[in-house]
Formats: sequence, structure tokens, C-alpha cells
Amino acid sequence: MADLLSVRRLRVSYRSGRQTVPAVAGVDLTVRRGEVVAVVGESGSGKSTIAHAIIGLLRDNARIEAGEILFAGTDLLTRTDRQLGEVRGRGIGFIPQDPAVSLNPVLPVGIQVAEVLLIHRQARDRRDALAQAVDLLARAGLPDPQRCAHQYPHQLSGGMCQRVLIAIALAGRPQLLIADEPTSALDVTVQRQILDHLEALAREDGTAVLLITHDLAVAADRAQQIVVLSQGRLVEQGPTEALLADPTHPYTQRLVADAPRLTDSRLEAGAPPPPTGPPRQPVLTVRGLTKVYRGDTPAVDGIDLSIARGETLALVGESGSGKSTTARLLVGLDRPTAGSILVDGVDVSALNRAGRRALHRRVQIVDQNPYAAMDPRFTVRQIVEEPLRAFRVADRPARQARIAELLDQVALPASLARRRPAELSGGQRQRVAIARALALHPQLLICDEPVSALDVTVQAQILRLLARLRAELGLSMLFITHDLAVVRRIADRVAVMRAGRLVETGHADDVLTRPDHPYTRQLLEAVPGADRAVLAAPRPSSPLPGE
Amino acid sequence: MVDLIDVPAPVDGPAPTRTAALRSAAAYLLYRLDLVLCVLWLVMVAGWAVLPGVFSRQDPLTGVAAERLRPPSAHHPLGTDQLGRDLYARVVHGAALSLQAALIAVGVALVLGSAVGLAAGSLGHRAGELIMRIVDVLLAIPALLTALALITALGFGTVQVAVAVGVATAATFARVMRAEVLRIRAAPYIGAARCAGARGWWIAVRHVIPNTAGPVLVLAALEFGTAILFISTLSFLGLGAAPPAPEWGSLVSAGRNYLNTAWWLTTLPSITVAVTVLAANRIARQLEHRRG
Repeated sequence: MADLLSVRRLRVSYRSGRQTVPAVAGVDLTVRRGEVVAVVGESGSGKSTIAHAIIGLLRDNARIEAGEILFAGTDLLTRTDRQLGEVRGRGIGFIPQDPAVSLNPVLPVGIQVAEVLLIHRQARDRRDALAQAVDLLARAGLPDPQRCAHQYPHQLSGGMCQRVLIAIALAGRPQLLIADEPTSALDVTVQRQILDHLEALAREDGTAVLLITHDLAVAADRAQQIVVLSQGRLVEQGPTEALLADPTHPYTQRLVADAPRLTDSRLEAGAPPPPTGPPRQPVLTVRGLTKVYRGDTPAVDGIDLSIARGETLALVGESGSGKSTTARLLVGLDRPTAGSILVDGVDVSALNRAGRRALHRRVQIVDQNPYAAMDPRFTVRQIVEEPLRAFRVADRPARQARIAELLDQVALPASLARRRPAELSGGQRQRVAIARALALHPQLLICDEPVSALDVTVQAQILRLLARLRAELGLSMLFITHDLAVVRRIADRVAVMRAGRLVETGHADDVLTRPDHPYTRQLLEAVPGADRAVLAAPRPSSPLPGE
Repeated sequence: MVDLIDVPAPVDGPAPTRTAALRSAAAYLLYRLDLVLCVLWLVMVAGWAVLPGVFSRQDPLTGVAAERLRPPSAHHPLGTDQLGRDLYARVVHGAALSLQAALIAVGVALVLGSAVGLAAGSLGHRAGELIMRIVDVLLAIPALLTALALITALGFGTVQVAVAVGVATAATFARVMRAEVLRIRAAPYIGAARCAGARGWWIAVRHVIPNTAGPVLVLAALEFGTAILFISTLSFLGLGAAPPAPEWGSLVSAGRNYLNTAWWLTTLPSITVAVTVLAANRIARQLEHRRG
């Protein structure tokens, strides 16, 4: 097979203010005809920059310092913008990262596909272009393309918008398709359909695919070749099987080791598993919890839950299933429409304002997006101190001691106390959020997608931290997530939520290995990497490495 | 704790050398020449207000009868008025009154408007809507008309004019403040603060007000220019400073009678007001841009 795309010694840097930050520092990679190559890396590794450099759509402050990008034998970097226009679309199709913002909101999607056909003169006139656009939408796997073609992006779901973008990318019949995190914003079941479809298209037409992803499991499932990037450098590359079976570079080894997988065992943190046998007293009991937002279909529709002391319940579901609404109801940020929430036997929904405020001493929340959940003007010390001050816990010196203790508990150096959230990394911010939640010695910690915004390695660290704190402090947890592989690491029991209702509840082992409900089964099958020998094999159990 | 990925984000590059820093600062100032000129102008006007004697040695109040209605010359850079008073001296000495009045007006508008906006944003949906409808009524009446009505109640004088202008323009502040308060109150960190057990007043003082300050202060800078204009207008109408005290608006007004024979009496003070308003707006835009 001939090389379709060959990137050689590419160096790209970004100018920000007065300094220049290298984003890609000398990367070589090759894509052959009909091949799927995955570029894997964490955020900031330069993977999207490479994609943008190839199609010549780098941001204004980016500069290509050196290297060449050979596409079908010609160097794209020496082409003018006009000549590149021919290559874009016809030679190389691009599927951008975020379907929500990548379509024009004021045009029906059919028109947007037809536009590409007209630009590349593949349609005789507008009527012909529209007809072809409907065909393309059908090929991209959009149900009822005839109707969808006349709809606007806001009328379509994220997965459908992504298919429209695929149709646009396919319109010019490109030889190479660059997909920049095409499914990161989507639920696993949708992700699976989209990736299946891309794979089938590539196979049928012999289109090569450069798949850019942060998810090693997705790469493992879909690519023949994997290229691992870290901090703008190529760390390792090779055929998928070989690379996963025997990663040679320490970074790749860590990436493989940290990827959450369904066969993982629960993180125990050295403590014995919670005793089974006589039923423990529940910390939280929820009965018939319902929340209806202004005449809409209920966001939460009569769910029943209970969490025993020291137990971790994972609430699993896709976006829009009502998980986060449930979390808000449980911490008292929202009032339920119906149903009862009993914390230690006391009905929370019947409490007055002071009672609800007192509830926060026992129930705390760790938010999905730690950055948004912190006042940008506060320092780490002020953030962690806020609950202590609000409840007048201890005097000033005692509070400072408690802050130091909390930062120590979440393994943050005390020197960070004077920083502001913007100066912290994602993992550090989540640690601060955990420290704040623990400040009042809560019994129940509600974690709303605490690791979904983090890179796998940081994700693994935070999960280990939560497991350790749970064991040390005897915390009960409600762990909300869309990622079943994470559930495996942390949960005793699992509740699966769909469209505001619970479809299945049970012991984590049972639900994950012998799901009852078809929806749970569907979710499990969609987890990427599930059928990969290397990623699915149980890892050698090590108590808490690297934490 | 092996925190390999969890390293703090780089805050700064290598410290530039002193000369390089000076050179790049000079380059930045040249690039923003318009902004630099605006700042210099306002600094000069502020200097007029604080130390008028340094900028003009002539008496603004007593004229030389022999030198009445002289066009601009080396001795009288802006000419003289009908009583032979040096116009430049009057403009310089008038800056204090005009700027003082503008500051009072913006201060009144800022405090009053922000308080109303904060209340409207914090008190819940119904009370907020009620307050904002009243604010809408205020906005619907031309500010000049409101100010005139208030002056008839408060009496004549520079301070009265300033307070009236402040009250009349407070509605804009209320709107901006309420929008900001609503935006901030929807932020996850307010929910987090509530979860931390913080009470309403604590959230308002520690979280909401500091985070709304930016846009409101930018608006204050923008309104400063408008306030100068308003106050000059009201003085022009004879409601502000009593003669013979010099004030920019009354200078323009007094010169109107000699428009045919002495153009400089209206034109030059008008240009002073215009340039000051433009400079204030330019700086306000820059502040707004830096925030955005």
C-alpha cells in the first residue's frame, strides 16, 4: 500500500502574548490508503493541532516552524490557500470535534451538505445537490434523511448533528477522513453507532481514516495503527495489537494501565470490603422522587434508592437521563415535585430553610466541572474555608489547621493554598473540590461525574483518592457517571437510569456481568475496548499504585 | 504522591531582561497610541481640576475690559470673552466643577443603580420583575427630562444637577447589575457555596458583588463621558453653576450670544467637552475589551 498521507518532522507552536509555546515538536506519522490510524493523547498533547495543520486550518496565532505534510505526493504546506481548498473536501474530509457548534444554526442541514457538493461542482444545480445531500445523509446513517434534511441543527440531537458533519465530510468523496474526537461529546451507545458507521464506510470505499481520540479503548477497537502523543512529541507508534500487548514506552504503559476497564476489581484502599450480612442502616433513602420542570416531561420520574452506611452506589445513565437533577435534589439545591428524601431517617423535603442548610453538614457534593464550581476570585484556602466559616466551625487558627489537614488528605501540597482555580490543573481542581466537600465531615458524598472531564491518568488518581478517603472516613457515596468502566472501580451497587426512571438496580458484579435489562446490556456492549483481549484482561491487582 | 500529569499550569515564561521589557512596553504604547493620547488628555484635565493655577496664571473671573472678544492669540490661546476674561483660564478653572459634578453623578448612579439591580436579581422572580418594570418606566422617560424634573425639586446648583443626573442615569446601572447578578447566581460556584452552607447575604457580598464589579465599573467609565455631557447640557440651560463661576456647559451657553462675531467662545469649550467625552469612552471601551 502506498502512503496516502505522510507527516514529517512537523513542528507547530502557538504564540500567546509575548511567549511562544511549542504544541507539536517534531512528529512523523504515516497513513496508508484504506487504513485507520488512531492518534491517542491526553489534552494538550498536540493531537488536534496536527489535524488542523494537515487541513491548513490552524488558528491565527499558530505557526508551522518546520516539517512537511505530504498528501498523495505533494507537500500541502507549500500550497496556497486556494489550492488547499481543492484538497480540503475532495482529498481530505474533516469531522470536527463538537457537533453542537460546528453547524450553521440558521441553515437547514440538507442545505449545508448540498453547499459542499456545489462548491466541488459535483452537482449540476441546487435541486440535484439537495437530492444528493439526502443520499449522503442516509449514507451517514441518519434515520429519515428526507425529513432531517429540512431540519435545523437545534432540532437534531448531538449524535444526529455528528452524522450530518460526517455527511459533509463525505460529500467530496475524500481519500482521507480526519476525525477529531468525533464522539467525545456523545453517549457511549451513540458513540458506538457512529464509530461502527465510520469503520464500515472506510472499509467499503477504501477511505483512510485518521482518528484523533483521547480514549485508548476507542483507538484499540477501531484502528490498525496507533500513534501515541505526549506533550507534542511522538512517544510510540505501531500496529494496534502489538502496541497494546507490549507497550515499550513508560508513558504508553501508564496509559494502558490507567485506562478504566470493565474487568477491573473494586478499589479497596487496603480496607476490608464492607461487611455483608445483616442489612446496615441506610444513610439515604429515596422514595418516589419526582421532579418536573414547568409542564415538561419529568426529568426525574419516581425513583427509589437507598444507600447504606459506608456503601457506594453508582448512578449510571446517558446524558439527559436525569442523573444530575437527582444529585441537585439530594443536596437540596432544587425542591422535588413529589417523593421523599430521607437522610438518617429525617425527611429532607419537609425541612425549612434552616433545616436544609443544616443538611449540608451531612450531605456534600463534588461537581462535574470543578472549575465552574469555584469562585474564580477565591484562593484555594478561601474555597476550602468557606464551609467552615459558614458553619462557624472552630476559630481562625483551628480553621487554618483543618484546611492544612484537608489539603493533606487530598494529597495537595500546602503551597497551593494561595493559588486561584485558574492556576490549577484539572486534577488539582477536583482535589480542591473534594477537600471542600469533606470540610464538614459529611456522611454522604454525592459525586456528579467527578472524573469525566479528566485525562485517564488523572482520572485513575482521583478514583484512587476517593477510594482511599472512603475507606479512611467511612463515607457513603452516590457516584454519578456515564462510564461503566469507572463504575467497576468504585461502586458496591449500581442503579441504571434512563429517561428519569431506574431500569435496573443491583450489586455491581451482577449488573455488570449479568445485566437483566436490555438497556443495561446495550450500555455494556457499547463500552469501547470491551472485546479487546489486552484491555479486557483483568489487570494484576495492586493495592494502590502511584497514589 | 506521584502526580506526573497533575503539574501546575505554567504561569509565566522565562523572565525577560530589563531592556527587552522596556522595548516591548514602548512598542505596546506606540501600538496603542490613541489610547495613550486619551489617557494623557484625561490626566491633563484632572490636573486642571486639581491645580488650575499651574496650568493657567490668568484670573478666570476678572477681565481686562480693553481686551474683550479677542480671537485666539499667543497671549490668550483660546481668546477672550465679552468681559475680556481669558477663555483658556476659564476652561481650566471650569474643569474642577465639571469633573466634580460628573464624578458625583456617576457615583450616585453607580451606588443607586447597583443596589436596585442587586435587589432585583437577588429577591426572587416576582419582586425582581416588579422592580425592573419600574426601572423600565424610568428608562422610557428621557434622562434629561427626569433630570430637569428632579432639579426643579432639588433647586439649582452644580451638586443638585449632579445628583439629578445620577438618579436619572441609575436605571442603566440597575439593568446591567441585574443581568450580571442573574448570570452569576446561575453559576455552579453559587450552588457550591450554598452547599457549603453560606447564607444569602454572604453569597451576595463575597461572591456576587465582586464578580459583577467588572462590567458595572466599565459602564461607570462609559457613563462618565455621558455625565459630563449631561451636566454641560443642564448648565447650558442655566440650571447649574451660577455666574460668574466658570463651568464648561455655561461657557458654551454664554458664548452663544456672540456666535456671529466670536466663534471661539462656543467652539473651543465645546471641543474640550467633546474630546473629554471621547477620551473617557475610548478608555471605557478598552477596559471592556480587556475583560471580554
